[in-house]
Amino acid sequence: MNARLTTTDVLVVGGGLAGERCAIEAAAAGHEALILSLVPPRRSHSCAAQGGMQASLANCAKAEGDSPTVHFLDTVRGSDWGADQEVANIFADEAPVAVRELAHFGVPWSRVRGGKNQYFIKGEHVEIDEALEKDGLIGQRDFGGTAKWRACYAAAGTGHAALYAVDSEVVRLGITVRDRTEAVCLIHDGSRCLGAVVRCLRTGTHFAVMAKATVIATGGYGRIYGQYTTNAVINEGTGASIALDTGVVPLGNMEAVQFHPTTLSPSGILVTEGCRGDGGYLLDKNMRRFMVEKEPVKQELASRDVVSRHMQQTMRDGNGVDSPYGPHLWLDIRHLGEEHLRTKLLEVWDICRDFAGLNPADALIPVRPTQHYSMGGIRVNKDGESYGLAGLFAVGEAACWDMHGFNRLGGNSLAETLVSGRIVGRRVAEHASGVSLRANTGFAFDALAAAEKRADDWLARSGSGRNVYEIRDALGEVMIGKVGIFRTGDELNEAVVEIGQLLDDCDNAVLRCKDPGVNPELGFALRLKGMLRLAMTVAMGARARTESRGAHFRSDFPLRNDEEWLNRTLVRWALHESDPSFSYEPTGLIDLPPGHRGYGSDERIEMKRTIDSYNETVLDEQTQHGRLPSSEDMGSRLKRGAWQAYVQ
Amino acid sequence: MSQEKSNVPRRLKFEIFRYNPEDEYSEPHTDIFEIEETPFMSLYIALSKIRETHDPGLQFDFACRSATCGSCGMMVNGRPALACRTLTSDLPEDIQLYPLPAFKLIGDLSVDTGTWFRGMAERTEAWIHERQAFDPEAEEERMSNDIAAAIYEGDRCIECGCCVASCGVANLDDQFLAGAGMNRVARFMMDPRDKRSEAEWFDVVAGDEGVFGCLGMMACADVCPKELPLLEVYAYLRRKTLGVRFLARDDN
Repeated sequence: MNARLTTTDVLVVGGGLAGERCAIEAAAAGHEALILSLVPPRRSHSCAAQGGMQASLANCAKAEGDSPTVHFLDTVRGSDWGADQEVANIFADEAPVAVRELAHFGVPWSRVRGGKNQYFIKGEHVEIDEALEKDGLIGQRDFGGTAKWRACYAAAGTGHAALYAVDSEVVRLGITVRDRTEAVCLIHDGSRCLGAVVRCLRTGTHFAVMAKATVIATGGYGRIYGQYTTNAVINEGTGASIALDTGVVPLGNMEAVQFHPTTLSPSGILVTEGCRGDGGYLLDKNMRRFMVEKEPVKQELASRDVVSRHMQQTMRDGNGVDSPYGPHLWLDIRHLGEEHLRTKLLEVWDICRDFAGLNPADALIPVRPTQHYSMGGIRVNKDGESYGLAGLFAVGEAACWDMHGFNRLGGNSLAETLVSGRIVGRRVAEHASGVSLRANTGFAFDALAAAEKRADDWLARSGSGRNVYEIRDALGEVMIGKVGIFRTGDELNEAVVEIGQLLDDCDNAVLRCKDPGVNPELGFALRLKGMLRLAMTVAMGARARTESRGAHFRSDFPLRNDEEWLNRTLVRWALHESDPSFSYEPTGLIDLPPGHRGYGSDERIEMKRTIDSYNETVLDEQTQHGRLPSSEDMGSRLKRGAWQAYVQ
Repeated sequence: MSQEKSNVPRRLKFEIFRYNPEDEYSEPHTDIFEIEETPFMSLYIALSKIRETHDPGLQFDFACRSATCGSCGMMVNGRPALACRTLTSDLPEDIQLYPLPAFKLIGDLSVDTGTWFRGMAERTEAWIHERQAFDPEAEEERMSNDIAAAIYEGDRCIECGCCVASCGVANLDDQFLAGAGMNRVARFMMDPRDKRSEAEWFDVVAGDEGVFGCLGMMACADVCPKELPLLEVYAYLRRKTLGVRFLARDDN
């Protein structure tokens, strides 16, 4: 295990749900799979997903009439038409299979109880008869931005239960997991990915892994927002960062960053959307349900981008509750009662007790919006294969596949990890069957030497440079202050300048710890430049996009502009280049025409071209932008016009 | 929240175990760090501050910082606990931090729980043993919500290792299943989807490394941050395995 160079068929970087599900598919096809994980895989951030996983099983009374097509409609509207509609369709079709497969792996999904059930809907208590013939099937709860109850759940520990079940399958199949390892750069020849260089977080040594296929499944980049995120401290975007470093692989829609409405103030710990799905509501300092006025139809269950903006505006208007940590609002779930809170929302109960010292059956929960999810990531085609490097795949939050566009619906990320893990895993397995391991180890040893030199350079540098943690904290302040929920051109200009300064500071920063071995300060320093570079792509992408779409809101350009911006941002930036280069590709084939989402503003700038003329350009333009051919033709999984049966 | 009653913040004195196995000059010892207490300070906040302002080489593990991932088990004043949800206001001014025993030390407060739990999962075959392959076309198998809730209760273990560290037997025998392992077995045993026979279960959990090796001191139940009912788990497993043993005797 201490060899400087090892080989495997399929290398999976990241041991969360998407990476593990992908590895299972490759291993089941007979390939040797190796999973690298920063932490023991069950500690991956997938475990923190709480409220549910969207799949149109339609087992509950309030889910009646649901179907993959309705799920597709909700997902595209939620994305503010930023999603690739074919991918959204593949996703919605396969989500029910993924939920049932998890049941097969052992997830104890909450089940339908036939007969009378008590619920809260829009703040009102209601009694609903669940059909006796549905008793014992997987149940659903309500979530934001959906027409039907669709979120399958295991109390408020859905991600934990799913991750443990999937990891148990990894153990059953005997797949090797090397925990406490981190991929620090990709090995490639300019057109093919050949593996990765890895740093061992037990010993601090580097080694190279050559593989027929490499999968990045490292999750999101929330920690570029410093402490202002729900994300775990390990969500530093390293996978996206090492792909960006190649200069060949573009990242997509990096400016599309989600803020979750209800995170505990001030710690930023997530409080699930399931609280509002189960009938909880938001209150301002005057105990007014401000969402009822702002969004009369969906109220607290509009999409996350819309609810977060209304919350932020309410606080800006002086209606937040003052605290030493700045203003917050209240989440009220007292009326759900202790029994409900200690079963279906047990994890919320624990979090309130442990981190706010309160009992949510008696007390209001202080909440405010905080960075939560990265819609942007490594741009891949519908097979999950990256633009630019054959044999490099990405899945889950690390990828821009792109079913979320500019706003992800709650519960769609857990579902994406499993659905894309299954689908991309199959493509990865096919790819690995079709190529032989390249014998040329020169690229690997060169990359290994470069990675070791980077670490040595950090240790050798001396002088009066800044401390790496100060730079991280400064970055977080810039991102939340100037690249947050409401954005303006002026603030984004400032952010770009300030992040540029932090990049210079990083190049001159000095380590205080020179200890051999793990050296946590060195480990962080090696990630810091990548975090700053990702932050720069977010800020510059946001500055360039002079419209408002989903979670990207420009106060100076408040309308969605389908005439000029119905496209996806792509950014490439080799490690040695001083500036990133941006380009824009069509979002994908359009089936559902751009329109009103059903919540939020109904004003927008319409596209003048016909949809047919837009669609004619998609394949050629995406190919020019680096899209590799997918195993099935573009559009093969689009069910054209199926949505018409569900729209008046 | 005692510190909120007084305006003068407390000065906290941390005594922290130090040893870096990768450094040939390192010897096990403790270091003292003093920091000022801030409102709602958790050990996650305190340790991050010590590393960022006092000693950047200090090793410890956090990931979710919300008592969900199980990374940050450590000995806090002699008792295993999750550091992220331990508030300094609940502790005296002198705070001793040591790594969890029973696990291999990686450095300072960081221990290798991953290898221990993977080994336990392999030995107990902690996965659903089913007779049939998954059929993507079929409706899910039904289950009563009460059974699902009972399985979920056992599934809540976050594998932080606090119970293992607190266990007298696990500290002497690295194959002993300890509270987390027993709980894992019970979770699958009660799951109707797992088709293992009673005799197969007997092989998994009976014997000195399983339920009959337990001395019944039940420190595991006292320290479990998720308050899992480990006493009931232990009673359930003993009952099940003894039942199998007596039945086997009757057959003879």
